[in-house]
Amino acid sequence: MKLRRSMMFVPGNNPGMIRDAAIYGADCLMFDLEDSVAITEKDAARYLVYNALTTIDYSPAEIVVRINDLESGLGIQDLEAIVRARPDVIRLPKTATAKDVTDCEREIERIEKEAGIPVGSTGMMAAIESAEGVLNAPQIALASKRLIGIALGAEDYVTDLKTTRADGTELAFARGMIVNAARMAGIDALDTVYSDVNNEEGFLHEVNIIKKMGFSGKSVINPRQIEPLHRTFRPSQKDIDKALAIMEAIKEANAKGSGVASLKGKMIDKPVVARARYLLELAGIEVDA
Amino acid sequence: MKIVKPASAGTLESSDIEIRIEPADESGIEVHLTSSVMQQFGKKIEAVIRGTLEELGVESAYVDAVDKGALDCTVRARTAAAAHRAAEDSNYEWRVKA
Repeated sequence: MKLRRSMMFVPGNNPGMIRDAAIYGADCLMFDLEDSVAITEKDAARYLVYNALTTIDYSPAEIVVRINDLESGLGIQDLEAIVRARPDVIRLPKTATAKDVTDCEREIERIEKEAGIPVGSTGMMAAIESAEGVLNAPQIALASKRLIGIALGAEDYVTDLKTTRADGTELAFARGMIVNAARMAGIDALDTVYSDVNNEEGFLHEVNIIKKMGFSGKSVINPRQIEPLHRTFRPSQKDIDKALAIMEAIKEANAKGSGVASLKGKMIDKPVVARARYLLELAGIEVDA
Repeated sequence: MKIVKPASAGTLESSDIEIRIEPADESGIEVHLTSSVMQQFGKKIEAVIRGTLEELGVESAYVDAVDKGALDCTVRARTAAAAHRAAEDSNYEWRVKA
């Protein structure tokens, strides 16, 4: 399982941040060609990100590039460069319909074929940033086998709703739709950024909410947010011990040819084992297949 | 690629390099470089600028570069961006990562 607890934004026209991006331990690095880049610098940012990705080793982080939307005309130019730089994932902004995903996928596939890159090797994720996108989340999540996740982009979304970012009430429906759509499709759900980087209490409050809701992780705009985010997603020792005991009990039951086990008088069934396995993966503990 | 007008790319921020390219009266590439790491890396940076322009087929240009500790990949990116702007050429040749 690939952990996607943290997806750190890296502005695509900032060489210093691009150089240092790997050192903060984010699970995913998202190089941005879209909103963080001035319209007059789109070409320069594309060159910078392309050259960085073909030169710098960012492992073990997953490499994501946020392109401009295809309707702007810039998105196609971004894809021509970035697909050839072999990132793990292309992030499509402002996804409103399943067609937005399939249109982008068609271009990625064309470029893969032209460039001799194995077809299907470039992953995708879709950022949902409008009421239309939220209501279409299930269709978007199922639109392509390349999708590794869907994400909420809250700033554009609350503007579309004619509201503002507040205590999370304004995002409750969108978060619920997105996490359910993602889990239905078997992919990850990524929450939006928390922009007040000096408010760690507020950030942690939001991280706890999205963790409870089932999100895989969250976008971050400052490296300082990574450690508290990972800490919150890290299971407690008590939960780890319990999960290990569950895995041991099911292992013993399987050895005896039984599909059902019990632990301290409680039945261990398939969902309990799946939860224990996920928790151990979050804790970085290897589990037998 | 023919340089037809003055153009620049990059900034004077730390880790960046500002590249300004202008048409030259004579053939050949003239590079004027100032760098915060001139003693250690000046020759290397100039070689990267020249190599990038040669790859793009630029035969004549005057280049003014102010380096603030940029990595080679940043020097390549800023040089290529400035050259395309100065040539009013948006036909890029992206190579597949090895």
